[in-house]
Parts: sequence; C-alpha cells; structure tokens
Amino acid sequence: MVKNTAKAAKKGAISIKNVTKVYDPGGVNVMAVDNCSMEIAGGEVCMIVGPSGCGKTTLLNAIAGFHSITEGSIEVDGELLCGPTKPKAEQGADRMVVFQHGALFPWKTLQENVAYGPTVQKAMSSGEAMDKAGQMLAEAGLGSFIKKFPGEVSSGMARRAEIVRALINNPKVLLLDEPYRAMDALTKQIMHESLLETYDRTGVTIFFITHDLEEAIFLGDKVHIVTTRPCQLKKTVEVNIPRPRSYETQSSEEFRKLLDEVNEAVHEEAVKAFKAGERELA
Amino acid sequence: MSTSKSALSNIFGQLTFWRGVRAIVFFLIFWQIGSLLDDWTGYDLFGIGLVPPPTDVFTAFLEVIPKHGYWMSWVASFSRVLTGFLVAMLIGIPFGLMLAVNRYFRGVFFPPFEILRPIPPLAWVPASLIFWPTNEMSIAFVTFLGAFFTIVINVLGGARNIDISYLRAAQSMGASQFHLFWKIVLPGTLPSIFTGAAVGMGITWEVVLAAEMISGGGTQGGGGLGFFIWNSYMGGSLEQIVVGMISIGIAGYLSSSAIRKLGFVLMPWRRLF
Repeated sequence: MVKNTAKAAKKGAISIKNVTKVYDPGGVNVMAVDNCSMEIAGGEVCMIVGPSGCGKTTLLNAIAGFHSITEGSIEVDGELLCGPTKPKAEQGADRMVVFQHGALFPWKTLQENVAYGPTVQKAMSSGEAMDKAGQMLAEAGLGSFIKKFPGEVSSGMARRAEIVRALINNPKVLLLDEPYRAMDALTKQIMHESLLETYDRTGVTIFFITHDLEEAIFLGDKVHIVTTRPCQLKKTVEVNIPRPRSYETQSSEEFRKLLDEVNEAVHEEAVKAFKAGERELA
Repeated sequence: MSTSKSALSNIFGQLTFWRGVRAIVFFLIFWQIGSLLDDWTGYDLFGIGLVPPPTDVFTAFLEVIPKHGYWMSWVASFSRVLTGFLVAMLIGIPFGLMLAVNRYFRGVFFPPFEILRPIPPLAWVPASLIFWPTNEMSIAFVTFLGAFFTIVINVLGGARNIDISYLRAAQSMGASQFHLFWKIVLPGTLPSIFTGAAVGMGITWEVVLAAEMISGGGTQGGGGLGFFIWNSYMGGSLEQIVVGMISIGIAGYLSSSAIRKLGFVLMPWRRLF
C-alpha cells in the first residue's frame, strides 16, 4: 500500500536544461559540461554512464548545490534550483547525496549518523530521531549494528547505512556518485538488491553515476550515456526489464542485448577520451 | 566470540608486558656491568664506567624519596608544565580552528604566526626573563610557547584536512554554520588535537627543565626537577643527577599516558585502531 502511494506521488522529477559549466582555475577555462539537457521523471532510476573525468560528478554537484553552473537551468518538480538568476542551488535535504568514498561521520555510531538529519532540522526530538533511525537501520538489515561506529562495520554495511541516513530525510531525489565503486562483485550484488528493495519501498528518484555498465542496466529505468568532456547527453537507452529484478535477470537475452548497445556507445566515448588524454599529455 | 577475543588480547597484553619488563631488566644488567667493568677489569666500556651503576642510583633514590624537597621539585615542575600546557590548549585550539575556517583571520594572523613559529622556545628565555616581572612567569610563558605552536599547527592541519564530504553531507541535511563548527569540524579535528597535545606535552617538559636550569629556579621559582638536576651537578652528586633524569622520564611518561587515556575516553570511535 505504502509502495503504491509513494509511486503514485512521483516526486523528484529533475529537468536539466542546456546546462554548461566552465571551471576557471587560474584563467584556464575548462569546460566540464556543455549544453547538456536531460529529463528525469519523478520516481525514475536514472543511471549516468560516461568516461572518467567527463563531468558527470559536476552535474551531480550542481543538482546537490555544491557547485554553481555557468549557463542553463536545473529544476526539480518545476521549481528552479539554479539558473540564470541563481547560479548555485541551495543545499537541501530534498536532494541527498551518497558519496563515492562514503561520508558517514566516523565519530558517530550508525544510529547517531542516521538520526543526524532529523535532529539538526528539528523535525524530530533527538529521542524520536534515534528511535526512527534504529527502526530504519533494522529494516535495512543492520539492526544488530546500530551501536557500531562506521569504522567497525564493513564497507557494504556502511554504504547501506549511508543510504538509510539519506532516506530518513524523505528526499525527493537520491544522488549517488559511484557508491559501489571499490566493492567486490559479490558485495556489489548484495548492495544492488538492497538498493532495489529500498527503491521499491520508497519510490524515490535515483540519479546514479557509475562506470559499471551491468550495474547501470540492472538498476536503471534509463541509462544516459554522456560524452567525454565536455559532458553532453549522447544516447539514452531505455531498460524495459520488469521489476522486481533479481540477479538472474543479468543472464537474460534482453539484458545482454542492452549491454551490447550501451557498451558500444560508451566504448566510442572511452576511445575519444583516451585519445584526448594522450593529446593533452603529448 | 568476545570472550575468546578478550582472552587472546589478555595473553597478548601480558606477552607485551613481560617483553617490556625483560627489556628493562636486560638494560639494567647491561648498565650495571658496564659501570662496574672498569673496577673489575680495568676496561672502560664506551665511557659507561663514569656513570654510577643502577644499584648506587637506587640507593640515592631511596635517600631522596623521604625528602620533602624532592617531591616539591615534582610539584613545581608539574604545575609549570600543566599551566603552560593548559593555557596553550585553551588558546591554541580555538586559534587553530579559526585559522582553519576563516580566510580573513588566516590572512591576518597566519603570517606573523609562521615567522614566530620557527624560533625555538629556549631562544625566548632571555627576552622573557627581562619582560616578565618574575622568574615564575617567564618560565610559564616559555613553557606555553613550547606547546602552543605545535598545538596550533596540528589543529590547523587537522581541521583543513577534514573530508569535504562530511561538511557537504551535514549541510545538505540542514546543519547551520554553528552546528557545522561544533559538531563536524571539532570532532573531525579531535584526533589531530590529541596528536598536537601529545607532541606539545613532550615539548613542555623539555622547555620547563631547560628553563628551570637557566633561571636557577631555586631563588624565586622554587626549584623544580630541572633545578634538582642542576643542584645535584653543582653538589657533584652523580647518582642524584641520574635520579633526577629518571624522575623526569617517569613524569613525562605519566603526562603522555594521561593524554592517551583522555583521548581514549573522548574518542571512542578511535579505540578500534
């Protein structure tokens, strides 16, 4: 029931319109994103795939409000986040980021970490927040680790707890920047299933950056392939594999076909990026 | 699981403990033989023959233990170290944090700080003897300087190295600037603060002892372990010099243990390492 209402609400539609970002470190203009447009429907799992250093993270940082944009605009649910009049979006709990290297506060237990958001927003008393945090961690299968510090649990558990810490704020959008990059294949599999389970439960919009093409197809509704720097949308591949998905999905004919399609597009960009890298170094 | 682990760590702890005891005993035996070798055989082992053997030092120790003056030296040195150290922490931590978080503050205060920092604390002794009205105040000031620069540099480095993701995550979740400072920057810097404190504590002991010797602490400053050694030197008691040195070793060990214990209590998340 909860699932249906959450899905029906379809919050968190992101509209990226003609966004350009030029970094200017010491007068050397580096164009990270060039006239990039993307439409992400509310409640969609949107995977961004592209060569290293192409400007994917720049896009994510612009949505999260960590960086300004040079041109264009970004809207969430029709509300302007950043645009011509306001180059930098405000950071807010409606757009929660899960970081590449993990950003649980090492000095707080998992429970305290999760309770942090509602407590500083004064949305709950600290007691209520701790209760809610304990409950949500238990739902994510971390019930016996709530009193542990992040340094005491595995990277997989820490990442799951970090997603819980984001979700307790009821975000419209979850922004993930290669969260499973350093994990082994088996842990990754568990993480994917856990994320899909969370998604099915909450219906939150997911903006997910990755280099792992199988991951992109397995998790995504759409896979946006972006070009090498400056970042532009090259191709969008729709993944019409029904949910809930399980790991068997990955051996299906359809999955393989999609993988080939994505692979081809990405490979082209990777070669370009590599050559550009060689030119820069030469 | 947990019992077997603690049993294991107990055994391990004991092993390390006894290894330490053995090392000290071996050192004492080596020292004893070294000191007495000259008497026995006429060969002087690397000049150790001049050093009184541990047995003599031990006798000298027993002699000074009941003496009030010896313990007053401890009290004097300890109170100087603690005063200088605590003032350095009280001023150094906020100062270091301000340098880290505020660009304008850094612009104004960092350059003079960096010019003063390389000056060894002992180079301040003559100037502070002239500047401060009493010897005691000069010693306190020099002690303070010894710890201050180390603490500030560690706090600054620690605060500047906090993972920016922590700050971004906290801000996204709605933390105010005030909250960011107290709940993210401060705990994030705590490990560096303790590193600075441990190093700073070592420096304060060095500085106090030297300052006590130079200022001849006995007249106004009321002795101290540094003066105790100097006095023993003037009195020609070699055993008592060594007693003073070992006392300082013990005092320094106690001080750094106290800092470690405090760090252990204040940073529960660091106990895992």
